[in-house]
Amino acid sequence: MERKKLISDDGRRLDGRRFDEIRPIKFKIGILKNADGSAYIELGKTKVIVGVYGPRELHPKHLAVPDRCIIQARYHMAPFSVKERKSPAPSRREIELSKVIREALEPAIFVELFPRTTIDIFAEVIQADGSTRCAAISAASLALADAGIPMRDLVASIAVAKVDNQLVLDVMDEEDKYGLSDMPIAMMPSKNVITLLQMDGMLTCEEFKKSLELAKKGCMEIYKKQKEALESYFKNIKEEK
Amino acid sequence: MATSPIPSLKRKQIYELAESGKRIDGRGLVDMRKIEISTNILDKAEGSASVKLGDTYVIAGVKFEVSEPFPDIPNEGVLSVSAEFLPLASPSFEAGPPDENAIELARVVDRALRGGKAINTQKLCLIPGKKVWTVWVDIFVFDHFGNLIDASALASLCALITAKVPKTEIIGNEVKILDEYEPLPINSLPITITLAKIGDKLLVDPSLEEEEVMDCRISIAFVEGKDNQEHICAVQKGGKGAFTYEEILRAIDIAKVKSQEVRKIIPCGGK
Repeated sequence: MERKKLISDDGRRLDGRRFDEIRPIKFKIGILKNADGSAYIELGKTKVIVGVYGPRELHPKHLAVPDRCIIQARYHMAPFSVKERKSPAPSRREIELSKVIREALEPAIFVELFPRTTIDIFAEVIQADGSTRCAAISAASLALADAGIPMRDLVASIAVAKVDNQLVLDVMDEEDKYGLSDMPIAMMPSKNVITLLQMDGMLTCEEFKKSLELAKKGCMEIYKKQKEALESYFKNIKEEK
Repeated sequence: MATSPIPSLKRKQIYELAESGKRIDGRGLVDMRKIEISTNILDKAEGSASVKLGDTYVIAGVKFEVSEPFPDIPNEGVLSVSAEFLPLASPSFEAGPPDENAIELARVVDRALRGGKAINTQKLCLIPGKKVWTVWVDIFVFDHFGNLIDASALASLCALITAKVPKTEIIGNEVKILDEYEPLPINSLPITITLAKIGDKLLVDPSLEEEEVMDCRISIAFVEGKDNQEHICAVQKGGKGAFTYEEILRAIDIAKVKSQEVRKIIPCGGK
C-alpha cells in the first residue's frame, strides 16, 4: 500500500503543526443542566460531550460495594461523528475504550468516600478526528470536578504517534490511520503517574521512551488548559452570585 | 466479575511477600509459571493450539473464510480475533456475549499480532480488491488461574504458525477451494508479557490471587524486527491503579527479556 506523506519536507504536519504541537483546544464546563457535572472539549476537530451523574444509588443494588463507590463509564460515538455512518450499537472498540477510560479516571477519584454508590460517566463523541478517547478523558475529569467529586488530581490525556519515522504529539485521524504507531496516554500530572497507556503499531524501546516523554509534555499542556478552564468557570459563577 | 473474599485476606500476605521479593506460590518476582504448548490438537480447525500456563488453560482455533477485503486495504487478508470466557472456566464467568474483559483480551491479542505483523496478510489476497482470506482466531478459556492475556496470545500465535491454509484456484471472479493445504505465511512471532504491580514491585505472569489484589497491570508485546532488535508492538495498561514512569520503563526491560525466553519454546522455532 502506498503510504500517504504525513510530514512535509520542512517538518510540518498536514495541518501545519510542528511534531510537538497540540491542536487548538477548547473546554466548556457545565454545559448540561440535568447532569451533576458536564464538560465539552474541542481538540482540533475532535468534539466530545461528557456528562457525570453521582455519587448516586446503584441499580441493580447487588453490584454495590460496601466500602467504596463503583465507577461506570460509557464511551460512545454518535453515528454522525465519522464519515461513514457508524452503527449506534456499541462496538467492541467502544466497549474496550469504556473500560480503559474508566480505569484511567478511577485512580483520581476518592472512591472510598461514597460507599455503596455509583459515579456514572458518559462520554459522547459528536465528531471524531483522532484521539477521541484522550479528549473524552480530559473532558471527563473536568465534568467530575464540576460534579464536585473529590479527586486526587485532574487526569490529562494525549496521544503520540509515529508517522514517517517521526514521533508526533496529539494525533489526528489521518496520522492515526496512516501512521506506524499510536500511543494514547493519560496521567495525573501533579502525581506524575500514568493511568492509561495503550500502544499499537511498532516502536523500538528507544522510540517508546521518547513517546512517553513527548506524551508527558502534551499532558502538562492539557493540564494547564484544564486548570484555566476550571478557574474561569468558577470565577464566572462567583461573579454571577 | 464477582471477587471472592479470600484474596482480601491474602492481600496483606501477597504485598508483604512481594516486598521481600517472594510470591505466594514460591516463584520469584520475574518467574513465569510452567508453560505447556500443544499444537494441531484438532483436525477440523485449520490451526489449533492449547496452552497451559500453570493451571490457566486456553485453546485457540484458527479457521479460514473467503471474504471481501476492507476497502482501505483491498489487497490484504483480514485478521479477526475473538475470545470466549466460558462459564466452565471459573465460578466468576457467566454465559452470554463476551464482556468487557473478554473483548479487551481479544483486542490486545489482535493488536500484538497486527502491530507485530505476525501474518503476511498480503499473501492472503485471492482476487485483488474482491476476494481475500479472513483468518478467524477464536480463543476459548477453559480454566482461569490468572494471566489470561499471555496464555491467549501464546495460544493464538501457536495456532497460527501451525495453521494450514487451503490452496485455491481462481476461475474468473470465482475462488475454488482445493483440498490441498499450504502453511499460513508467518512473518514474525510477537510475544506478550503481562506484569502486575503489587506495591512498588512488578510481578511477571500474575496468578489469579495476585490479579485480584494487584494495583494494576501492564501487558507488553515484543517482536523481533528485521534488525534483530526487539520491537514493542502492543501495550495495554489495565486495572484501577496507576504506574510511575520508572515502573513502566522497568516493565519494558523485564518484558523484553521474558518475551525472548518464551519465544524460544515456541514449537518448531515458529517454522
